[in-house]
Amino acid sequence: MIKADLHIHTILSPCGDIEMTPSFIVKRAKEKGLNLIAITDHNSTRQCEEVVRIGRREGVEVLCGAEITTKEEVHVIALVDYTVRNLLQEWIDVYLPKIPNNEDYFGYQLVVNEYEEVLYQEPNLLISALNRSLDQTEEFVHSIGGLFIPAHIDKPQNSLISQLGFVPPGLRAEALELSRKSDLPGLIGSCGWLKDYCFLHSSDAHYPSDFGDVFTAFDVEKPNIESLKDALKNNKVML
Amino acid sequence: MIVKDVVEKLNLEIFSAPEGVDRVVTGGYTSDLLSDVMGHAREGQIWITLQTHKNIMAVATLKDLAAIILVKGFKPESDTLEASLAEGIPVLGSDLEAFELSGELFNILK
Repeated sequence: MIKADLHIHTILSPCGDIEMTPSFIVKRAKEKGLNLIAITDHNSTRQCEEVVRIGRREGVEVLCGAEITTKEEVHVIALVDYTVRNLLQEWIDVYLPKIPNNEDYFGYQLVVNEYEEVLYQEPNLLISALNRSLDQTEEFVHSIGGLFIPAHIDKPQNSLISQLGFVPPGLRAEALELSRKSDLPGLIGSCGWLKDYCFLHSSDAHYPSDFGDVFTAFDVEKPNIESLKDALKNNKVML
Repeated sequence: MIVKDVVEKLNLEIFSAPEGVDRVVTGGYTSDLLSDVMGHAREGQIWITLQTHKNIMAVATLKDLAAIILVKGFKPESDTLEASLAEGIPVLGSDLEAFELSGELFNILK
């Protein structure tokens, strides 16, 4: 069994706390026994590499990804293999509107290293919506072999259900992420087709206090993206 | 008033389901959150939105709306058009923004 938290923000996200640094995230994951974590900043993968690097040394498997905001303002977790992370980033760069960040309001959007030295400052506001629809985003993420997981689908903001009313039948998603206050029987009762999906709990941590206690357990041996794909395909989710 | 009158007065494009222009219009509702439309739009209203996903047709059918108007020159996605044809609820289009279009619709309906 592995314990995974597949939705974590860092200092790079405009709403991410300054203490959500690569070193802190790996250290906390290790303390809490999380074997697999995914770095999913808003519309950016640029902090992933450093967390992966520290994670490898410390024995925490780290996946690269992003929490993409689609044209409909639906939040979706995209997780990709380490080797194609740049394809995801290039795609985001094409479709993210070039709206300058207002640091006074949203805070700095920083990529930092292990020693909290600034490697990059993102000039464009990361919380705006990409000029790509939900369906176009799904097609792209799958075209590079990634996992497409709509985030906190039952939240009153920026969720599949708030923006689009309900989960579209036939949506090609490896899993659906639930919010912390989710009512899964109620959801399945209102949308019968949801019973065919895997469901996940993730922290969506923006602050240190959010992170470490929320996870999904998977009935697989190795904490890596291949095992995760297998677990989601064959429903080895222990929710 | 019927959808056809609204199309003519507001100079709207008809993307799909022209047979639905005889549907009676009882009012309007402007919102881009489908969960909000599901909760608050009423039968016979014309819905003004920028959302183009096919779920808009499911919501329009559920609430028995008269038609949908897409703003700012947005075009419906292909599966949205298919659903519109199947349900006979027209998807219309305008180059105006939601604020302006809502104002014009309000004026002709009041």
